[in-house]
This record gives sequence, C-alpha cells and structure tokens, in this order.
Amino acid sequence: MTYSYYPGCTLKTKAKDLDIYARRSAKALGIELEEIEEWQCCGGVYPLATDEIASKLSSVRALNEAKEKEQDLVTMCSACHHVIKRVNDDMANVEDIQTRANNYMELDTPYKGETKVYHFLEVLRDKVGFDKIKEKVVNPLKGRKIGAYYGCLLLRPSKVMGFDNAENPSIMEDFIRALGATPVVYPFRNECCGGYISLKEEKRTVEMVTKIVESAKGAEAEGLITACPLCLYNLNKNNSKADMPVYYFTELLAEALGVKEEVEA
Amino acid sequence: MIQDDIKKISGVNPYKCMKCGKCSASCPSFNEMDIKPHQFVSYVLNDDIDALLKSESIKQCLSCFACVERCPRDVKPGNLIDTVRQMVVRKRGAELLSPEEVTQLLDPELPQQLLVSAFRRYRR
Amino acid sequence: MQRIGVFVCHCGSNIAATVDVERVAQYALLEPGVVHAEDYQYMCSEAGQMKIIEAVKEKNLTGIVVCSCSPRMHETTFRNAAKRAGINPYMVEIANIREHCSWIHKDKEEGTEKAVILARAAIAKVNLNTPLVPGESRVTKRALIIGGGIAGIQTALDIADAGYEVDIVEKTPSIGGRMSQLDKTFPTLDCSACILTPKMVDAAAHEKINIYTYSEVDKVSGFVGDFTVDIRKKARSIDMDKCTGCGVCSEKCPMKKIPSEFNRGLGNRSAIYTPFAQAIPNVPVIDRENCIKFKTGKCGLCSTVCQAGAIDYEQEDEIISEKYGAIVVATGFDTIKLDDFDEYAYNQSKDVITSLELERVMNAAGPTKGHLERLSDGKHPEEIVFIQCVGSRDVTCRGKEYCSKVCCMYTAKHAMLIRDKYPDVNVTVFYIDVRTPGKNFDEFYRRAVEEYNVNYVKGQVGKVAPMENGKLLVQGVDLLDNRQILKEADMVVLATAIEPEAGVRKIATMLTASIDTNDFLTEAHPKLRPVESPTAGVFLSGVCQGPKDIPETVAQAGAAAVKAIGLLAKDKLLTNPCTAQADELLCNGCSTCANVCPYGAIAYEEKEINDHGIRETRRVAAVNTALCQGCGACTVTCPSGAMDLQGFSNRQILAEVDAICR
Repeated sequence: MTYSYYPGCTLKTKAKDLDIYARRSAKALGIELEEIEEWQCCGGVYPLATDEIASKLSSVRALNEAKEKEQDLVTMCSACHHVIKRVNDDMANVEDIQTRANNYMELDTPYKGETKVYHFLEVLRDKVGFDKIKEKVVNPLKGRKIGAYYGCLLLRPSKVMGFDNAENPSIMEDFIRALGATPVVYPFRNECCGGYISLKEEKRTVEMVTKIVESAKGAEAEGLITACPLCLYNLNKNNSKADMPVYYFTELLAEALGVKEEVEA
Repeated sequence: MIQDDIKKISGVNPYKCMKCGKCSASCPSFNEMDIKPHQFVSYVLNDDIDALLKSESIKQCLSCFACVERCPRDVKPGNLIDTVRQMVVRKRGAELLSPEEVTQLLDPELPQQLLVSAFRRYRR
Repeated sequence: MQRIGVFVCHCGSNIAATVDVERVAQYALLEPGVVHAEDYQYMCSEAGQMKIIEAVKEKNLTGIVVCSCSPRMHETTFRNAAKRAGINPYMVEIANIREHCSWIHKDKEEGTEKAVILARAAIAKVNLNTPLVPGESRVTKRALIIGGGIAGIQTALDIADAGYEVDIVEKTPSIGGRMSQLDKTFPTLDCSACILTPKMVDAAAHEKINIYTYSEVDKVSGFVGDFTVDIRKKARSIDMDKCTGCGVCSEKCPMKKIPSEFNRGLGNRSAIYTPFAQAIPNVPVIDRENCIKFKTGKCGLCSTVCQAGAIDYEQEDEIISEKYGAIVVATGFDTIKLDDFDEYAYNQSKDVITSLELERVMNAAGPTKGHLERLSDGKHPEEIVFIQCVGSRDVTCRGKEYCSKVCCMYTAKHAMLIRDKYPDVNVTVFYIDVRTPGKNFDEFYRRAVEEYNVNYVKGQVGKVAPMENGKLLVQGVDLLDNRQILKEADMVVLATAIEPEAGVRKIATMLTASIDTNDFLTEAHPKLRPVESPTAGVFLSGVCQGPKDIPETVAQAGAAAVKAIGLLAKDKLLTNPCTAQADELLCNGCSTCANVCPYGAIAYEEKEINDHGIRETRRVAAVNTALCQGCGACTVTCPSGAMDLQGFSNRQILAEVDAICR
C-alpha cells in the first residue's frame, strides 16, 4: 500500500505531532506514505468564488504529481483535505475551471481530476480496515472515553466530500473503538470551532468551543480527538475551563499501536 | 452589472430560494451578522449589493458550510457570502485584515493554518 | 388516386401566431392527391367540422388531413367528423402543427416552413391509407382493486353498489390502510376508526365484494375489458374458514417482541397476530420469519391452544387466476425514510418522532394507550416542537420536490389536540408556508392559533441536538422577528414527506401503467382525465396518483369507480384496427418478433404455405389482434420485412420520411 502523501504546512511546524504519529502508525500498519516532492500550501480555505484559479493551483500541482506517480493522494489535515478534495472535484466536473487551471499549468497531459484523494482516516477505514487495526493494537486504550471532534471541513458539503454522514458521522467513533477505547457520541461534534475567526473574535470562539466541550463533557468524554490543527488550537485555547485534553487522532493511533514511544525517544 | 457578476461567480441562483430560513437556523454566526444568511440571498435578488459589500456578515461567516449542507433548495448561501467577501478584498486598498494588527494577535501556539486561512479569506 | 382535403386550424392564436396558416394551405394544394385546402379559426368546433363534412361531399374527398393540435387531443373528433361525412374514419391523418411546431417555435418563417413539411408528410401518408374496420372484444364484468385502504374500499363499495363483482387485493393481513392508523381526522376531528371501520365492515359484508388480504398481484395479462390476473394468496398458516378470531393464539404466542408494523415500530406484536383489534378479516397470520415453530421446528403452542383447529403450518401460497374488465390501483403511500435527515436526530433520539408515529401515540389503542408521553422515559412533556416540510419541497437527493399536501393540516390538528387535552404543554410549530386550501381548512388552522394558542413560527429548524438532561435542543429561526431561537423541547415531531408505497413500481410495470419520476402513477390527462391511467382499463384512486387528504381520496375513489362502471356497463368494446400482420410468404419463423412483443400477442403456427406454386409446411408468425396494441415493435425488429402494422405500414412511414426529406 503506497500512497502519495500531502502533509501541508502546519504539519511541518505547529502540528508536527499530527504528521509524525501518522508516519509511525502508517509504517506499523504497512502503509507507505511517500511525501510528494514539491508540495505547496493549499491555502487553508477553499475559494468559493468560481472565478478563483490561482489559489487552486497548488492543489492541482499536488494532484497531478500523484497522478504521474499513479498513486492515490493521502491527506492528514482536515483543511488540506477539504481544499484538495474540492479542487479535485472542480477539475473533474467544472469545465471552465479545468480549462483555465490547465492553461496555467502547461502540463504535457492536462489534469482532469483523475487522482483519488483520501483522508488518512478513510485509508484506515476503507483500505486497511478497522478490524485489521484492532488486530494490530498492542496497547488497547481500554476504559478511555474519547469523543470525536469532526468540525466542518471533513464533512461538508457532503455531496463533494463524501466522507461520512455529515449530520451523524461514525468513522471516528469506529476508529476509537478499534483502538480499544470507548467512543463518546455528543451532538455538537460536527459544529464549527470558530476557525480563523479566533484571531480577532476571541469571545465568540470561546462561546463556540465551550458549547462543544460542554456537550462532550455532558456525554462523559475524557478527551477529544481531531484531525485539524486549527480545531486543536481553538479547542485548547478557547475552552474557558481548560479541562478537556485534545489529541490528534494519529497520536492515539500511535499509542495503541505501540509506536508512540519511538517517536518520543 | 455587479448583481450578475455575483450570481455568476458564486454559482448561486437566488431565485431557487424558497425563504425557508434553514440556512439562518443552522448558522453559528447568526447573532453576529447584520445581514442574516437568508437575507443575503434576497439582497442579491433585490440588487442591494452595496449593503452586502459593507456588511459585517462577510467578516463573520466561518465558511462552515452548515447552510450549504442543509439547504433544501441547493442554494448555497455560504458561496454567496464568500463571493461578496472576495469582491471586497479584491478592491485595491480594501482590507479586512492587516499584517500590522496580526503581529499583536500572535501567540506561540497559533498554527499557521489559521493565518493562511484568515489572510485568504480577508485579504487579496 | 386519393382525393385529399387539407384543413389547417388556427387554434385561435395558438398556431396562427407562429405559423402562416394560409400559406400552409396554399402549399398543401400543390401536393399530389390534394384537391381541396382551407384554413379556419377553430377546426374542432362544430362549424369547423361542418367545413370538413361539406368539402367531403362537394369534392368527393376520399382522404382528410387536419393540420392542428396533437392527435392525442382531437384525432377522435376528426375521425368522427369523417364518419359523419360518410368516409372511413381511418382515412384521417393529423399533422401536429401545434405541440410539435407552433408552440416550440418563435420565428414565424421557421414555424411555417416546418408546418408545411409536417402537412406534406401527412398527405404522403394519406395517399397510402386504406379503410380499416375495428373489431370487437368482450368485457368481463368484474373489477379488481389493488389496495385495501380507504381509496380501495370506497372504489370497491361504489362499483359493487352499481351491481358489479369486485375483488380487493390487499398485501397486509387486514384492509383499512393508513387511515386505520390515524387517530382523529381534520377538519372535523372525528375519530378515524369510527368513520372507517363501518366502511370496512360494509365492504366485507357486501355480497358483490370479495377481499383477498395478505395477498399480492403476481401477474397481469390481457387488455381493457379482458385482463387476466394472477393473485398470490400468501400462506397465512391459518384456515380462514375454521378460525373464530378468538385471539387466544396471539395471547399465548411466546414470541412477543416483534416491532408492530401497525404501530410504526413503537409497540410490539406476537409472531401470530392480527395487526389491530378491528382488523378485517379478524383472522391472524403467522409471521413465518419470526415464528419459533418455523425457525426451529419446536413450539407449536398456537396449534395446541386453538380450539377450532385452525392453525395450519403446512399451508402454502395459493395462486388464484381471475378475469377482470377493469383494474383500479389504490396502493397508497408511506412516509419517507429519515436516514438522510440526521440534523433532526430522528435516529438518535426516541423523542423525535414522525407525525404518523404521533398518530399512534395519540390513539387510545396505540402503544401508550393514548397518553402523550416521551417515548424515551414515559415522562409527560412540557414543550413540543413540530417541524414542517421535512423532506417535502426539497430538491436535493435527500427529499422530495413536491409538497406532501396533508402535513399543514395534520400538524394543526396535532397541535390543537395536544393543547386541548394538555393545556400545560407548550406547542411550537416551525413552518415555511401554511398551506390550507380546502373547505373549512384555513378556519381550522386559525383555530389552532387563536383558540388553542399554538405558537406558529415562520422559519425552519437547523438542528435538533439530544442533550444530556434528556431534553432536545432545537435550534431554529424566526424569520419575521429575524432572530435565532434556541428551545429545549421534550419532543420533536417531524412532518415527514409522503411517497408512494414501495410496491407501486412493480405493479405499474405489470399493468404497463406509466409512473412519474416520483413514482406517482400518471393520469391520462392532468386536468380532463385525472382518475384514468393512460393504459386503457386501468384507473387510479387515492395517493398512488399524488398526495391528497381523505376527502379528496374518497372523491377520487368515487370518480374512479364511475369510470370503471362506465367500462363494465358495456357488453363489447371496439378494438383498435391498427394491429400487426405477418406476411406468411416472407416470414422465416425466427421468433424475433414474438420475443419483443410486450403484449404476448404473437404466436407461431405450423402452416401449409403456397409459395408461388410450391406447397410446403412452414413455421410462421400469427398475430392475435385482440392482444396486439399496435406498438410496432415487431415491425422494426423483423429481419425479413414480414411484419407490418395496419394504418402504420412500412410503406406509409417511408412515404412520410420521403416527404419530409424532399
């Protein structure tokens, strides 16, 4: 199982853990993640204006590189996944964007959305299988009550993302279960954490995050997992009571697979 | 006409809206918006674009896509809001966010994902 | 050589605005065989028809071309005019210069040019027309009703009262349908059972009505007046003649935890069961999938306790083949699945229910004995929220584009009944529009607001979140106040979109009756023939044709009955003479035509053929003209050109094509 891997910029700086634990876990599971060579920042947000082309090109470059290597493209960060998946959808289905992006790119063969894009969680679910992961768990996270925090970008719009049921997702709960922990389902796990607005509107972010954390606490969660560095930052910084640990999903995976220590060593 | 530009660039046909309000019912930024998501659609319909360009809402929308996901008529109000925001930031000199103020706001944990996203949404 | 008259209709401005009708007439005169051409404002009017009749007489016409609307509209009209003028009705051809021409063109030049071409094609065809004479077919004086809800029951009663035999086929163990699940009915609030059960009893007792419950239509063949239908009586595992309906078997059955279909899964039933107390017939069935005896071979308790000895584990499905003159479809509806609407937490919380489930909760014979309570913990609710248009008016793949029509009224009913019985309960209704056309309907809705103080909020709900305190957090919007609403509710009731019953597609296919993209059966004409299917002899009753409430359903049921009676009252029907014929000399017996014939009208026979003096026995196709519907599939598939369709012969079609391409 070899994939092209798009880590994204935050995974090289503030969110190194998300990346490192993922690589260690992937290795333990027999998944090879080949970092694509000259990836550029995805831009963090998908430009909704249909006449935006330049801001989509970095995604197209990554997608095309995977295509040339005849590999599927794997992402780790929710935001990168959202941007690349949607740009890929445009390249496959929106003729105008396809034409104009290819005019910029001047590739030998135009890129038309051929690459399949998977979030690492999808690889774990659909390619490896949660059953298989369960078998490979050496440190089952027994007795730990973990809530999945999905946020927005992995799920919506579901028509394009095709990740899971956007209103009642279950992939991360199944993931938590595979690691031996107990998933905690709470109703606000797909509500927005505030995203980039936390920069200037701290009060709002605190309100939004508190609502999410209180909801998780009400369902007796002892910790949350996320796939997004910005979600993690907001959940940590803006939880008024600072009483809910938040982990990257890859950290728990590495822990359960017994490869976390190697990293710390 | 700017109204036509907005419709074209956003890919939104405001005539599809049946004014059910599910977008506004879903919006996490509703209380902070001066022009609510469902109003955004009718403002475009009524060609009252100036008000939208000046609105607080374009700063408050989080692009969380709850409105897009739940709209029963496939109107995509979120795309409309981002398109108007883009029209503002594309104007020379218009700034919803300046690098100077950002330096005041940084903290050691802040991921650059946040800065990239914010600048993409708020600045050309 | 024919002597043809061409009559060009203006259809007011419908045609004349985009087609130069005078020019069409002038050009027609230049065509071979045409000896007369004229235009007139309304050719279908009495004056217009008289023009045709007079021209036939004056000019000794042998063929007629009418350039007008679609033949679906007025072909019969002009054929009758021809008959009145003394020429064979099948010597009339219609050139459709309205639907196919004037209505789709804006430019008059283009429209005129195309109208001339269409006229030319029709003229070319009439030149080759021959007089045709319809045959006759018999009418079986018996009707089949598919579906035993209020629509089917009412249609059956009306047909039977006119003196004809009627069979009802109902797939569940009892007749009664959705109406039997309802508690009260709007706008008068009578108890649904009180007005329905007498009709069920009337139907069961009627000497002309025969009811097959727990039965399905397996196969349909034949045509209007002469259908043959196979009905599968599913094995009930009970001898219906012996059973006394005492109910001891259900009481004693150890398998009691099966979700009750009748109670929408909110209560349980036993493996041997009657769906509800007033079921007709009052004879249980054994649900073999859940019965211990059928699953393991052990148990057999019901047989032991049955005094009448009616339990029959060996019973098998039985096929009954019966002939019918008319078939009425009354298959009804169900509510849509809510799996794609998890923002309302229907699958996450027992306290989020559909309106049909609320009917069962409110019903004295339902799972809570009529007490309004939260299904999660049995507690009395203080705050109830209704959400309208759940899945209705939804163009995404999650819902239905249409308005389900009944929800506004039943929601007002529910809200009113709750406020009446439990004045301490607050009721809020989120709506997009309140649609209450109908006699005493809007008054009813206003009563809910003004007398019962139901809180109607213009706006939708975005999310329902089940909270840890057992409440449901409802996040909605009030569009008139322009504010978001957060409300903690005890129960949320979803006015769920309705859709045609799942089996309707299969039934429509068997009947060759057309259905629309939403699986509603299509009517022959949306305004003028609303209770007939385009397939002759098939009639529509109730929600299978489109969303409607009980009064509308009963009205339509009566109308469908009248149409069926009109058919059954005839002794003979004229058959369409435009049927296929095989040329025995050309037929090579390959069976290709028989394989494509949708009506089973083609058989093969060994026949002695005289082929230019050579006598030999050959296998050749023979068309049963009583079954042939003239679709023409055989003529295009025949590799040797032996098949031809009267009135639409290969020569005629090619002449039309030549005329168009000229």
